[in-house]
This record gives sequence, C-alpha cells and structure tokens, in this order.
Amino acid sequence: MQTLDMADIALREMNATLHAQAETTNQTAWEIVNPKGAHAIACGLDAPIEVTVKGSTGYYCAGMNKQATINIKGSAGPGVAENMMSGTVVIDGDASQYAGATGHGGLLVIKGNASSRCGISMKGIDIVVHGNIGHMSAFMAQSGNLVVCGDAGDALGDSLYEARLFVRGSVKSLGADCIEKEMRPEHLAILANLLEQAGADAKPEEFKRYGSARELYTFKIDNAY
Amino acid sequence: MCGIVGLFLKDKALEPQLGSLLTKMLITMTDRGPDSAGIAIYSDNSIGNAKLVVQSDTPELDFAGLTDALIEAIGAPVTMKIASTHAVLNVPQSALETARAALKTINPALRIMSRGGSLEIYKEVGLPKDVAARFEIGQMSGSHGIGHTRMATESAVTTMGAHPFNTGDDQCLVHNGSLSNHASLRRKLRREGIHIETENDTEVGAAYLTWQMQNGATLGEALESSLDDLDGFFTFVVGTKDGFGVVRDPIACKPAVMAETDQYVAFGSEYRALVDLPGIEDARVWEPEPATVYFWSHADQPTQEKAA
Repeated sequence: MQTLDMADIALREMNATLHAQAETTNQTAWEIVNPKGAHAIACGLDAPIEVTVKGSTGYYCAGMNKQATINIKGSAGPGVAENMMSGTVVIDGDASQYAGATGHGGLLVIKGNASSRCGISMKGIDIVVHGNIGHMSAFMAQSGNLVVCGDAGDALGDSLYEARLFVRGSVKSLGADCIEKEMRPEHLAILANLLEQAGADAKPEEFKRYGSARELYTFKIDNAY
Repeated sequence: MCGIVGLFLKDKALEPQLGSLLTKMLITMTDRGPDSAGIAIYSDNSIGNAKLVVQSDTPELDFAGLTDALIEAIGAPVTMKIASTHAVLNVPQSALETARAALKTINPALRIMSRGGSLEIYKEVGLPKDVAARFEIGQMSGSHGIGHTRMATESAVTTMGAHPFNTGDDQCLVHNGSLSNHASLRRKLRREGIHIETENDTEVGAAYLTWQMQNGATLGEALESSLDDLDGFFTFVVGTKDGFGVVRDPIACKPAVMAETDQYVAFGSEYRALVDLPGIEDARVWEPEPATVYFWSHADQPTQEKAA
C-alpha cells in the first residue's frame, strides 16, 4: 500500500504520481490521506489501480476515470466521477450535485444520498444510489442505468433518451417525456446484477422502471434534417 | 461565483474564537471570491446601546471630530472605535435613528455599513486574508457571524458592492449567485421609497427583504416570498440578532454545505471551508434542500418569527 498525504504533497504532485502508474504497475493499492475537501482528487486516472481516499472530497473527485477503482471514505462534492469512462467509484457517504454527469461507462456507487442532477446527460455509466436522489436527476440521460434504492426528487428523467431508470421508493415527479415502463425479465436481470455489484440490499422486484416516452421533438422523424 | 461561510455557536466556550474560526473559513473560500470580502459579526452589547458602523475612504479626515459632531447633533453620549476604514459608533439605542439621520448631514461621504444592537459589518475590496487582517477579525469574539468572499459578476468591485448587506436593525444578507430581475425589482422598490444605492443585484435582494419586513412580514416570511419574487440563482445566508438562516433557490446550483455538532452549526459554500472546525470529523454534514428556509436561533422566540 502506497500512501500519499495531502498535508505533505500538493494536489498536482499527488495526481501526477497516480497518472504515472502504467497499465502494468505493481503498485496497485494507493491511499490518500488528509483530503480535507480538496478539488480534483484522483482525476483522469488510467490504470488498473485501487485508490482509497480517507475522508471527504471537493469538486470533481475521480473525474474522467478509466480503469481505476476509487473508494471515497467520506462524502463527495459536486461532479464526482464526472465523465467517467470505465472503472469503479464507490462513495461511502453522500454525493453532491451532478454525480456521474456525462459518464460514458464504469460503475458509480453512492452508499448515502445523491443530491440534484445525479446522472445528468449520462452516456453509458451505471449509477447505483443506496439512498435518495435530488431533483432533475438523469436529465437528458442518453444510455446506461440509474438505480435508486430510496426516493427520487422532482423532474426525474426530464427529456430522457435511452437510459434506464430504476427507483424503489417514491418519485416526487417525472420530468417531461419520462414515463413508468413495464419491468421485463431482462430488466430484472440487469437490476439484479447491478444491485449485487453495488452491494445493495434490495430486491429487483421492489423497483419500478422509468424511461423515455419518445414523444419530444427530437424523436419525431419529420424534424430530422 | 462567490464564497459564503457562517458559524452559529451553541457552546459559549467557543465565543472568544468566533473571529479566528470565521477568518480561517473565509480565507479558505478565497478561490471562490478574491476581489472583496466582508464579515458580519454578532456580539453582546451592553443593554440599551446600539452600534452604527460607518466606512470612509479617507478615515483620517472623516473620523476626526466625528464623535463630538454626533454628540452635539443627537444630544446623547457617543463613543467611537476605529478599525482601518471603518468606525464603530456606540450610541444609546433610543438615539439610533436620530444618529443615523444626523450622520448624513454631518458628512454625506460616510457610508453606513450596519446598524443594530449587536451587529457589526466590516467589508472592503481586496483579498479575504487582507480584509480580515485590516479589521483584525481574528481577534473578535461573538455568538455568531457570517462572511462572504466576492467574485463580482453583476456590478463593479467596490466597498458598497461587497457583502454582507445590512437589511434592517441587526439583520444582514450575503448571496452567492446572480439575480436576473434586479433591474425591474430595483425600479419597483425605489417607487416604494426604499433606498437602493448601487447597481448591485444583491443589494436589491437585501432591499426586497427590508421592504417585505417593513410591510409586516417576518424574516422567515420574507425569505419564503423571495422564492416567488426573485428570479435567478441564489444561495442566501441571512444574519439575525439571535442566529442565522439559509435559503437556496429551487434550482439550487449554487453550492451549500452545512455541519452541525453539539458546539455549533456551520455553513460553507464548500466542505473544505469547514475542515478546520473542532470536531468536524464527527459532525452531521448535509446539503440544505432547495427552496427550503432554515433557521438556527439562540432565542426562545426567534427573530424570523417576529413581525417587524
């Protein structure tokens, strides 16, 4: 286990050390101590390493992640795992606004609650939230799965494309063009797999599925150029 | 972008450290607002006394002889404490309004930063660390306070454009965000006779609260109605004689983090503003909900529930 103490080294040096890890590195386990809410911790990683952040983080932790597994032993500030490409990010506490925004791939697990705009414009990422999510979540979400074991806030899935939304609790309101959809066996299988990966104690049968009604302007062929 | 910090002490033992704790929090928020900074600090005052904080760009000139001129004008005892460009004038509570009016005649160039029994507002252009040092905020004690670091977007970088804004006796407002209907609202409030000095959007927000309260609303009601009448982005923190309140617009894109322990309730635009507070590791940390008014108060009947 390699330890990087942010009380001793600067943020750029810490990130540069992690960026320097090649695909074949032998130093696969890293620990970051004293994060104290700093911004951009463990951003832009691209190696199969496991990084554990011992505390809460500020803006954009684990942004643009590829391959790496990043564990946050605290809460995360705005834009955690934004534009993640692959790998896994697990947050023990809560996540602030736009967690997992624009993510293309990988798995984001939030063991607490996520705030507003969770999964906004997601493009293939899977997000599992053990608690609740805030308003405008999955706005314009294009693909991937958003699983919420608790409740969802206002305007869930507004202007949704093809992402799948699964909510176990209540939905305060659905956004424009977002509707409840039939839960078919293939959806239950996807859900069972994600819940297991995320260590979430919930049964797929308890969830409802929401998706796009495909009625907005962009879905009308006559509006195509 | 701007930074807000706030600290409401439950544990009296921390009161001598209020200034130093708030100063650290304020300096951490420099990245969010390096152009100006301000702080509102609430501390006990002897009963029957009130404080007027005035500012001058030429303090040596303007503060000389000010005490005597004011004593003569109001016929009551006045004491003055100078801190850089600011001076705290102590006057009897009963003479507060007369003194405020008299200052305009004595020297129209003086700007009134705050008025009230326990509130003092200090604000200037410059880096938060320099502003805090200039007024020796770190030495101050008190029961609660709020601070602001400004990155101007809507109007000029001036002392009067800096936050906090005084909205009434012992009340103040700081803002992170931008109001988009401030021009029309300013015209409306001026027609209603409310004095608005600058082109700053937050001053309009402050004037709006003042106007609501003059018309009988409680502070809590005024904040509730701001959710309907103010268009734009805002996280507001308001200071009152006995506590502070927080409200975010329904979109809530301006960040806000709160922490509570047995000793205090703290507000920060970001978590890192809170990391040096005692016992933060075990604090309850959460984000205030959108379009929800929160208050913390030392009083049995909090100010926000009393009509003006």
